[in-house]
Amino acid sequence: MARASTQKKQLFDLYHKMLLIRRFEEKAGQLYGMGHIGGFCHLYIGQEAVVVGIDSIKENGDQNITSYRDHGHMLACGMDPKMVMAELTGRSTGYSKGKGGSMHMFSKSEGFYGGHGIVGAQVPIGAGIAFANKYKKNKQVCFTYFGEGAANQGQVYEAFNMASLWTLPVVFVIENNQYAMGTSMVRASSTEEMFARGLAFNIPGKAVNGMNVLDVAKDASAAAEHCRSGNGPFILEMKTYRYRGHSMSDPAKYRTREEVQKIREEKDPIDTLRSLLIERHKISEKEFKAKDAEIKAVVTDAADFALNSPEPDIQELWTDVYAD
Amino acid sequence: MKTEILMPSLSPTMEEGSLAKWYVSPGDNVKPGDIIADIETDKALMEYESIEEGTIVELIVKEGTENIKVNSLIAIIETEAIEENRNENTFATKKNELLDANKNEEVLKLAEDTNGINATVNEEKTIDQEANKNKSMSELTVREAINSAIAEEMRRDEDVFLMGEEVGEYQGAYKVSQGLLEEFGSDRVIDTPITEHGFTGLAIGAAFTGIRPIVEFMTFNFAMQALDQIINSAAKTNYMSGGQINCPIVFRGPNGAAARVAAQHSQDFASLYASIPGLKVVQPFSAEDAKGLLKAAIRENNPVIFLENEILYGKSFQANCSSDLVIPIGKAKTVSTGDDVTIISYGIGMMHTLEADKKLKEMGINAEIIDLRTIRPIDFDTIIESVKKTNRCITVEESFPVCSIGSYVGSQIMINAFDYLDAPVLNCTGKDVPMPYAENLEKAALITPDEIVFSVKQVLYKD
Repeated sequence: MARASTQKKQLFDLYHKMLLIRRFEEKAGQLYGMGHIGGFCHLYIGQEAVVVGIDSIKENGDQNITSYRDHGHMLACGMDPKMVMAELTGRSTGYSKGKGGSMHMFSKSEGFYGGHGIVGAQVPIGAGIAFANKYKKNKQVCFTYFGEGAANQGQVYEAFNMASLWTLPVVFVIENNQYAMGTSMVRASSTEEMFARGLAFNIPGKAVNGMNVLDVAKDASAAAEHCRSGNGPFILEMKTYRYRGHSMSDPAKYRTREEVQKIREEKDPIDTLRSLLIERHKISEKEFKAKDAEIKAVVTDAADFALNSPEPDIQELWTDVYAD
Repeated sequence: MKTEILMPSLSPTMEEGSLAKWYVSPGDNVKPGDIIADIETDKALMEYESIEEGTIVELIVKEGTENIKVNSLIAIIETEAIEENRNENTFATKKNELLDANKNEEVLKLAEDTNGINATVNEEKTIDQEANKNKSMSELTVREAINSAIAEEMRRDEDVFLMGEEVGEYQGAYKVSQGLLEEFGSDRVIDTPITEHGFTGLAIGAAFTGIRPIVEFMTFNFAMQALDQIINSAAKTNYMSGGQINCPIVFRGPNGAAARVAAQHSQDFASLYASIPGLKVVQPFSAEDAKGLLKAAIRENNPVIFLENEILYGKSFQANCSSDLVIPIGKAKTVSTGDDVTIISYGIGMMHTLEADKKLKEMGINAEIIDLRTIRPIDFDTIIESVKKTNRCITVEESFPVCSIGSYVGSQIMINAFDYLDAPVLNCTGKDVPMPYAENLEKAALITPDEIVFSVKQVLYKD
């Protein structure tokens, strides 16, 4: 009975995190439309199970690094929604004091190394963080996320080669959401098996149902264990889907509305976990409503905090160009 | 007929070398492709193959001789006249077959001999290095200066490591990292694949966690492949993270023209990197500056572009060799004082400037010479102070003229010392063309001491 209640709590926590990301991103989209968020803003809606599942099996001190579609990764690893939203709105209270924005946010204390705006650049950097783990002889693993579009970048294979050659503790997580901006995978990739992209470098890989948070957690756990035991890198291809456009200005001409709708209805990661919670743990409608209210309050607080925070002092223009 | 065997040139910049070992003796028969000697330069040890077929008559240069000029006579070989070749060839072939049968024994013997020689050479080198340590002022090449700066910092701080192509087992493409693998092991002296973009990004990721990579680019021409990581990742992350994640890393290697390696391998990238906020850029001339500035660069908490020069590697300077020597980044050095004109230069430009200065002195012109040493941030205090005294200034650098360091220095002098100027600031730079291959064209593309003298005369309004 105690075990069942622990499991229930764990699952409900996963649900909490996924729902937080979903609601946070919806709010970000809204604030963008109102002109409070500028520039590029890449929403994570639909892909929540990937980062939440992986975060659930991370050990203290493990690092993660990703591309510019990064809000979900930050919320999953425990970064403060208020400070993330403040950064999105360019305020002094944001993680980068308003100097990084949506695509460039970091938290060294949470092991989050960004937030990178150049497609594929985070892949060798992630391998380098893993290199440092090996150099320092600690047992940490670096989770290095990139999309299936970035997976065609040359530097990804340079990183694969070195990661395998030097047995670096890095899990390469390919978030395959099927579209690189507006280009579907079949139009840009000569092969579709992203999990097999490391075979030439002796890197094992596995395709995972990235719409199911428990599947993600299970395979991520095995991959992390592989790395932690000194066996070198591992590739996880997360088969997932992005509901929103690539960025906020997206023509939505490259796929049909029906395609998106079908996945939302049949494969939504939050609905899937919700059904499981009802079936297996008998969570009541009332408990779900309470959870909805709790998360709504967190997101509203984050938005209020951001919008009530001052812009950076103009002197901040000149600070942090160099470290002391 | 007797044919001369000459000292070969085995690299673009080689002018002389040592005869490390003879593999042949008078009376030996050799065929094309046979290794006859080991030739050693300050860069590398290379096997020298015969291109002739014949009998060695005389070895002119003894084993172990140093500083043998390229193209000087080292041995004489008796080669057969073409018409007589056929019979002799048959004889030679048979003799070779016989030799082959006995080869194993001879190879073993040769290996023993070689081991003996190597042991002696190594011992001597170690003694030399120890002797150097005990003197505070001594002759030091730029190569030795860089090598010792890296070694000293790696001894001081376990978080410092070196990575790049051929830095380990090969001992450095330009022998800069000689001996480091042996002292620090392969965990800290890391040979990389030939993938600049990837290993640069990897090193930057490692630096984000707080360890201190020194990344050697075989030349900065190859760093072009890694430019995105250097500029977008290394230079900007401290700012983009609001000061949370800094990048303590040194990117170093030869920069600028070597000799006869043409357009893709000959350019000075100082102004390109100097335009990027978040980077510091250093380009030393002397051995002491190379050592002291590299040590400062390794201790720096920001990315430093450390631009070396292949031609300067072998150049000797009187230098303070103390291991405490750390020269702060951002300070220029007034190399000589004078009242007539200020000459501002850096890197190999200083070599041409000092050469030109001899001629200027003969003409009675006293130049104040400033070696910038650091290109970003530039020490404008020293520059402006000097220009206020001399009222005239020229800049000297090897890079292209458009958006050069000199053009920026000139604009700053105009803004900050306009009323003190008696003549426009002139820029001596390389020519605005890709580097040509032909010897005469390459020479014409680079700056020369005569051009520096000409510019000085112009700002002094002398004929």
